Amino acid sequence: MEKQWFTISVYSENHVGLLNRISGIFLKRHINIESLNVSKSEIEGVSKFTIVIFSTEDWAIKIVNQIEKQVEVIKAYYHTDEETIYQESALFKIASALLFDERQIQNIIKEHHSQIVTVSREFFVLAKTGRRHEIDEMHEALEPYGIMQFVRTGRIAVSKAAMPITNILAEFQNQ
Amino acid sequence: METLKAEKKDTKKKTAIRITGAEAIIHCLLAEGVDLIYGYPGGAIMPVYDELYKFQDRLTHILTRHEQGATHAAQGYARVSGKVGVAMATSGPGATNLVTGIADAQIDSTPMVCITGQVARHLLGSDAFQETDIVGISTPVTKWNYQITRAEEIPEIMAKAFYIAKSGRPGPVLVDITKNAQFDELDFVYEKCTGVRSYKPAPKTDMSAIEKAAELINNAKKPYIVFGQGVILGQAEEELKALVEKAGIPAAWTILGLSAMDTDHPLNMGMVGMHGNYGPNVLTNECDVLLAIGMRFDDRVTGNLETYAKQAKVIHFEIDPAEVNKNVKVDVAVLGNAKQTLELLLPLINKNEHKEWVAEFEKKRQIEYDTVIDKDIYPTKPGLTMGEVIEQINVASGHKAVIVSDVGQHQMIACRYAKFKQTKSNITSGGLGTMGFALPAAIGAKMGAMEREVVAIIGDGGYQMTIQELGVIFQHNLPVKIVVLNNDHLGMVRQWQELFFERRYASTVMTNPDFVKIAEGYHIKARRVVERSDLKDAVEEMMASKDPYFLEVRVEKEDNVFPMVPTGASISDILLK
Ligand SMILES: Cc1ncc(C[n+]2csc(CCOP(=O)(O)OP(=O)(O)O)c2C)c(N)n1
Ligand SMILES: [Mg+2]
Repeated sequence: MEKQWFTISVYSENHVGLLNRISGIFLKRHINIESLNVSKSEIEGVSKFTIVIFSTEDWAIKIVNQIEKQVEVIKAYYHTDEETIYQESALFKIASALLFDERQIQNIIKEHHSQIVTVSREFFVLAKTGRRHEIDEMHEALEPYGIMQFVRTGRIAVSKAAMPITNILAEFQNQ
Repeated sequence: METLKAEKKDTKKKTAIRITGAEAIIHCLLAEGVDLIYGYPGGAIMPVYDELYKFQDRLTHILTRHEQGATHAAQGYARVSGKVGVAMATSGPGATNLVTGIADAQIDSTPMVCITGQVARHLLGSDAFQETDIVGISTPVTKWNYQITRAEEIPEIMAKAFYIAKSGRPGPVLVDITKNAQFDELDFVYEKCTGVRSYKPAPKTDMSAIEKAAELINNAKKPYIVFGQGVILGQAEEELKALVEKAGIPAAWTILGLSAMDTDHPLNMGMVGMHGNYGPNVLTNECDVLLAIGMRFDDRVTGNLETYAKQAKVIHFEIDPAEVNKNVKVDVAVLGNAKQTLELLLPLINKNEHKEWVAEFEKKRQIEYDTVIDKDIYPTKPGLTMGEVIEQINVASGHKAVIVSDVGQHQMIACRYAKFKQTKSNITSGGLGTMGFALPAAIGAKMGAMEREVVAIIGDGGYQMTIQELGVIFQHNLPVKIVVLNNDHLGMVRQWQELFFERRYASTVMTNPDFVKIAEGYHIKARRVVERSDLKDAVEEMMASKDPYFLEVRVEKEDNVFPMVPTGASISDILLK
């Protein structure tokens, strides 16, 4: 089976040890987590893990089953890139002098639809949200001028199809 | 929207009492019906031990001689009784000594609650004396774990711990309790947990899967059942027997499925797997429909997956969705508790017999009998065999004993030849293969079924891993029967060295102590057998004893266990010699 990108979405109780438990499942199988994001979800008190892996579908299924087996996991899903809307964000810290000395920088900011977050005497910070390759392209464009610091978030994603967690929780209440 | 509660509880109104966390722990245990726990005290758990002292008329605490012993005893107790086993230890080394038993319980789905003491909350993370991150350490080997740092959390977490340990596919749960939470007071009310919203103990059974399964079974010419511990954990023994008899399907078991079905039942064909029986292995690759019931296709069962049951339609009856399609791709997955799914299946099954197919098993059984079994259990050449000892125990116990085996050659021989009439009678470390399991597990098994005879079958190697638990047997005069099959070797490893490492016996030869004297040192009646002529009498004396009894049998030093599926080989290529 061919390897591809999968986004695994995990809805869970907000419990301290759970991240450890979930990452352990990937560790045991030697599956590299390409990116990981933990945040609140659309439901109060329910957390959401967004995990990106490059793997076969067979492995994605097994991993999702193992994750879902954990007591504090409400439900886990896996989706291909086509089945999700996803984004990443990045910050670039660049020497302020360049903003004035290198006219090209201004064009890069415009062309890549990025925002200036802050400007100080020493540095300014650019933010860019988009697909991984868009951020990579902006990085490439800025690289020759010197990037003081760069950081990128993990992927965040929503699925095109529904992930009906509310129904699952309601079913539990009505049992 | 009202805030949704993550747990469900018994909602009967109860009035609160003001007590310390330590006392609350005892009340939780009593409320869960626990009257026996195994453990070892130390600084961080002393407040709880102080309460155990006060409650000793209602809650018995057995001091094992090592915390590992406490976990295996709790496992042995759980496996014979079906109840949750409880083990307790202090922080740091006490807690880490539990880990092997927890891992064993996890892989063998044994319900167990472990309670560990922990340094006070304000010291957490400071490398305080005997601080160890047992929650972190035990995460990969527990079904669930939790660290309590406030006394108020105790009732809810303990209720959840017991619920999770015993529901669905059972497993070990660890609750770590900081010392301040033991000392502090709380308003105690106990409500049993009846549900956790993020946790589904058993998946919903899909009736269409049952119908598909029935159709496959009814049309099968060579149906075959392989069952595992899921039958015992799901209390589906009667349903399994009914299915086997109604549809005339030959059945075989994994090592943990043993005793779920009378070993003398005409359709009980024996054991699958690496040292299983010949027919059950070879015919897995000839059946047309394979019903896997409460088993998980462990690699010791399947051999090379590329050649495992490829010709068969596979139906998997399983409570844990994560096991489905994990190792073997199945055609029909029947999710749910085995008792319930088999109950639903039975009315859809046509009465049948598969005489020719069953005869295939008989033929293979005869071949194995002539080449292996006869020589194992009725040997004529000098030198005692492990098989004849087990056979002698069968005769003396009338197939009624609980057999607790350790890990190695003697384990395979015990599981191959021990006879059982009653379920929950074969206690062994299957998935983890933990040497040292048997002696403490036999203590737990005896205490979980006092009316039954409990015989531990142990190798000279594994015996020395937890030999200190003789102290428990002696102190409580527990009439456990201990049989050490002494071959002066780590026999199973030596066998592999002989077969696959050109007889380079690296660290598998042992110079052993006088085991009889050691037992006598614990004031346990002991006897050694070196001659065949002495065996029957010794086994009879042991079985008749009302007190604990130790029997060492000096067996052949370099016997091998056959049949055998070499690692990575197909089960069709099982070696008879
Ligand atoms: C704790 C542990 N360490 C190592 C092993 C590997 N091992 C499996 S069987 C075996 C030999 C057991 O020897 P003994 O207890 O004398 O039993 P025998 O095979 O001789 O019957 C060993 C070392 C194990 N299963 N468990
Ligand atoms: Mg040995």
